[in-house]
Amino acid sequence: MRREPPQRLGDYGPLFFPAGMLTLFFVVPFATMIAVSFFQREQGGFYTPAFVLDNYARFLSLFFGKVLGFSLFLAVAVAIACVAVGVPFTYLLARSARKTQIAWLVALLSILSLSEVMIGFAWSTLFSRTAGITNLFVWLGLMSQAQALTPSFGAVMTAMTYQAFPYTVLVLYPALVRLDPTLAEAARTLGASPVKAFFTVVVPALRNTILATLIMVFIFALGSYLLPQLLGRPQHWTLSVLITDQAIYQSNMPFAAAMAVFLVLVSLALVGLAVYAGRQKEAK
Amino acid sequence: MSDIFNNKIGRRAVLAGGIAGASMLAMPAVLRAQDKSLKVGVYGGYFKDSFDKNIFADFTKTTGIAVESVAEPTGEAWLVQLEQAAKAGAAPADVSMMSQVSMLKGQSTNLWTPLDLAKIPNAKNLIDRFVNKYPDGKIAGIGAVSWYITLVSNTDVVKEAPTSWAAMWEKDKEDKLGLLALVSNSFLLEVTAKTFMGGTNALDTEEGIVKALEKLAELKPNVRLWYRDEAQFEQALKSGEIPMGQYYHDVTGLAAADGNPVRSTFPKEGGIQDSGCWALSRASKKTEEAHTFINYMCQPAIQATLSRKVGTAPTIKRDLLDLTAEEFAAVSSDIEPIIPRYDLYQTKSDFLNQKWTEMIAG
Repeated sequence: MRREPPQRLGDYGPLFFPAGMLTLFFVVPFATMIAVSFFQREQGGFYTPAFVLDNYARFLSLFFGKVLGFSLFLAVAVAIACVAVGVPFTYLLARSARKTQIAWLVALLSILSLSEVMIGFAWSTLFSRTAGITNLFVWLGLMSQAQALTPSFGAVMTAMTYQAFPYTVLVLYPALVRLDPTLAEAARTLGASPVKAFFTVVVPALRNTILATLIMVFIFALGSYLLPQLLGRPQHWTLSVLITDQAIYQSNMPFAAAMAVFLVLVSLALVGLAVYAGRQKEAK
Repeated sequence: MSDIFNNKIGRRAVLAGGIAGASMLAMPAVLRAQDKSLKVGVYGGYFKDSFDKNIFADFTKTTGIAVESVAEPTGEAWLVQLEQAAKAGAAPADVSMMSQVSMLKGQSTNLWTPLDLAKIPNAKNLIDRFVNKYPDGKIAGIGAVSWYITLVSNTDVVKEAPTSWAAMWEKDKEDKLGLLALVSNSFLLEVTAKTFMGGTNALDTEEGIVKALEKLAELKPNVRLWYRDEAQFEQALKSGEIPMGQYYHDVTGLAAADGNPVRSTFPKEGGIQDSGCWALSRASKKTEEAHTFINYMCQPAIQATLSRKVGTAPTIKRDLLDLTAEEFAAVSSDIEPIIPRYDLYQTKSDFLNQKWTEMIAG
């Protein structure tokens, strides 16, 4: 079938529905948020339409800078952890028997059916002193006394990586299944060890997929606000936690909106930078 | 028992999604309605179910006014919804149970229809502080129920009941406390002021607030969990994972009655007493019915029923109630309570929030 470029307005018809949906459910709410971020906060009341920069000014402080920095760091760390575990895992998975693959994929998909709340509570129990995994270590003689592993940065990282891992595998899986096995075989014939073949042939061949996965997990992790609250100390609270506090508990919509706009802009900039860096490297 | 208990948790942590379903379930009440009806907003979950069962049915029988109960979310979300609706001339509920801070915020936009005490003769039963007034003296709201936040502990880990809030500051409590995460729901500034600074008046000035925050900062090494989610702390308290903290007196009592090793103590400085008011939206046209309802709710017999069935502390004077000493102790205490400085959360909310967040997360 030959595709003709659209001639008449009617040919664009199929586009109207998605465009309308995108406008209704993304552009309009986002524009509203930007507008609200400039509104005047009435302390002890609500807000009034205006154009003030106070909300952004309040955000530009060392304190919020640190929180933003931590949120970005956490999201990047989760993205790297997911890819570091996900690429070798998916590589091996794609090369295993069909039955094994199905079992793993079903198990991973079922993680997606768990809500963030359940994941958070499950990990907080696993990391607790009274009922957690350290009791198992004590029983095995690895530790002398059970101890609490939460709240800590490690607990937050573990739970967030666990939550994002199925997405990582699902994005990597198609690319790894399609990857030509002869590439790695050629490397092996030329004398590379399996590990060397993996790092010098498989990983570079997947560079774009890996970059896309990193970006996806980064965005996904950036919005997390429940797990840092359940498993972290206050210094591990992300900007999303503070946005929720402002919006729900302080009814300070303008400030919450300003923080959210800032978060979106910074993450867009980082994603843009990553894509740009990827292109530059490809061009060489 | 455990079901009732879980619902109890839900009453202050309502999911917005529940509202739609809950209001649909409430529809049959409307169908039975006589010509007179009233929409009443109460916290969703256990609270609403309990009110439906123990209070609203009898109210309709007595007065002939049908009640459609509306599940409202906690926090200030409901206030925002009422305000937006009132601007459009609509009232999602005629009468709502509102927190004290929400009452003050609603006052700033005249959201509450001033109430006429001549039509609420039972209001004379109330303890004075439960009458919420506009700055010019008009009545904005009438105390509906109150509840206490006390010092709770796990009896297996903390052998002797603490007697003072100061116990939280002791060295041996390192990494052992669970406290509420927000300045506006933990009321820890008031606790600090009453315990160490001679009373909540110490918070009148910003210097006083900063001093209280500095004292509170000394607590940080002792705090294992700053919680927003009640279920999380409750679970940890029961298991002894986090053996001490602040929590709701009524829920802790239920957990203890259920055989869990927990206790709730009224420290000598007093428990924190928080409360909800009945308030009438200015968009409501059911002024008469609303007054009848509020008057009904201020009767000693109804307040006693609330204490027995819902577990709330009465807002009317103790000597008018037929509660036994035991029943009263289950929901309240004769120790003078710490009353939150609600005014601060209105006039200085951004300052307090900023300093507080910097204190705990910094």
